[in-house]
Amino acid sequence: MSRLRRDRRAVFGVAVLVIVCMAGVAAPLISTGAPASQHDVVATRFQPPLTTDRTGVFHPLGTDRFGRDVWTRLVYGARVSLVVGGVAVMLSVAIGLAVGAAAGYWRGTPRLLLLAMTDLAIAVPRVVLVLLLAALARPSAGLVILVLGLTGWMSVARLVQGEVGSLAARPFVEGAVALGLSQARVLARHIVPNALTPVIVSAALGLGQAIMLEAGLSFLGLGVQPPTPSWGNMIASGRDTLVNAPWVATAPGIALVIVVVACTLLGDALQDALNPTARSS
Amino acid sequence: MLAHLGRRLLAGAAVVAGVLTLTFFLVQLAPGDPVERLLGPTATPAQLAAQRHALGLDRPLAVQFATWVGRFARGDWGRSIASGRPVVSVLGDALPATLVLAGLSLVASYGLGFLIGVWQARADRRVDTALSIATVTLFALPGYWLGLMLMMVFTYWAHWLPAFGATGIDVGGGAFTDGAGLADRLRHLALPFATLTLVGVGGAARFVRGAMRDVLGQPFVTTAEAKGLSPFQVTRRHVARNAMIPVIILLGMSLPALLSGAVFVEAVFAWPGVGRRLVEAVQARDYPVVMAATVVTAVLVVSGNLLADLCAAWVDPRVRQGKGAT
Repeated sequence: MSRLRRDRRAVFGVAVLVIVCMAGVAAPLISTGAPASQHDVVATRFQPPLTTDRTGVFHPLGTDRFGRDVWTRLVYGARVSLVVGGVAVMLSVAIGLAVGAAAGYWRGTPRLLLLAMTDLAIAVPRVVLVLLLAALARPSAGLVILVLGLTGWMSVARLVQGEVGSLAARPFVEGAVALGLSQARVLARHIVPNALTPVIVSAALGLGQAIMLEAGLSFLGLGVQPPTPSWGNMIASGRDTLVNAPWVATAPGIALVIVVVACTLLGDALQDALNPTARSS
Repeated sequence: MLAHLGRRLLAGAAVVAGVLTLTFFLVQLAPGDPVERLLGPTATPAQLAAQRHALGLDRPLAVQFATWVGRFARGDWGRSIASGRPVVSVLGDALPATLVLAGLSLVASYGLGFLIGVWQARADRRVDTALSIATVTLFALPGYWLGLMLMMVFTYWAHWLPAFGATGIDVGGGAFTDGAGLADRLRHLALPFATLTLVGVGGAARFVRGAMRDVLGQPFVTTAEAKGLSPFQVTRRHVARNAMIPVIILLGMSLPALLSGAVFVEAVFAWPGVGRRLVEAVQARDYPVVMAATVVTAVLVVSGNLLADLCAAWVDPRVRQGKGAT
């Protein structure tokens, strides 16, 4: 833990995520509070950043073509990004833990099935898989969570399977079995908690990927639907106004990059802190 | 070596068969009746039943699956619901554009990434940190957003490069043979290529840096240094060569990420490749195209992995002799 606190990557990553979370929670307090509201569209649209429109409202990041405040949409979009990304990662970690633990503990069929499924899923690019699943239902935030959760568990499962496999042969596990505990209890209470280390790293990296993919799906119109702001659909709506209002697409993209960088750096730092034998610094 | 290749080929074929199965049964979950969609809301029940029978959709699922796989294997991939064209030609026309874009980007991003990673592994701490920040930022860039930003700068502000309007690689005759045609293709290729390459460089450099550092810690590097070899010789002959093996394997494994990136980049730049066709097909719920595009990407990924495996065996005598890399 102290190692992590001294790691500038971890400090940056946690700081960014905390700030973005707080901005999302406090969104009504630090913005106009109405991400989808439109007033006098002609009078308020395409206000450049740091200007005040004719109705006297200040726009730190300008307005889009409907006169909606970009900063307000950005902080409300942060809610969508974090909730969708966070829940999707939790879902994929849960699936990955279950499948990986089963395949690591009970050799034979579960392991073969897992290996076959991970091989399959690894052969299809995640975006293609996500698009295939997204084509099956009407686009919504719930669908995005489900799709990202269902396509993100394989790396977790593989890591857990490896850890559980090696832990199952350790003396303390044999001891627990000798005491007469049930297999499920041994697995849940003694093995899985000890196999969580690589999962934490994987979850941090997975959060960045999930947020990026959610934005990508929303960008293509297959994710969170307007007028609910998401960083992806904000970039999509700014695409048509790149010439006269470049800030509309620029701001959510920068936010996205900062959050994904934070997740990646945090993941790297966790990896080094939890695995002191690795040489990378 | 031959046995190794045979095993890999079999495994690859099994994976493609699995993807074929998964795709078929996933699409069965799609809501709505495909026949109703095909005939429109004015169709009578009798017409629906006749069409359903004509398409074989009234038969058991297992029979439908077997028929579909049989047709698929013979190259009859059905017709696009949206355009009515055969799926084979929809995707066949698009494949060269994707192969050109993704292939060039793969080479460029790995070339650049390798140089940066090798440089980082040997550079002092400050240079290493600066480059790490740069590569992690590139790694985090969404392709579609970077594409828009490059478009904004190079198309709308500087008026240097076109953003859209690339036609199919094989359309228009002599695309890559006559000078004017080639110049035009290259101008249209520039922005999508730059975007996809930049997005890939970060990941490649990060991985190469890690692989180089792993090798640097090995005893034989200390030996080489103790022998009095110059740092350049040690890096080139002993470290980079050994770091090549994981890098080549990763080259094959990075194909999914590359194709994922290509989907977005093609969508942004209207590049006439498989990725753009896939996005259009998903938006139009054009399932025959979605299914075939999924299988095509899986085939691309599996062949890429196979190729990488062969290259790694060629570089690494241990794999070549069937002992397996350590």
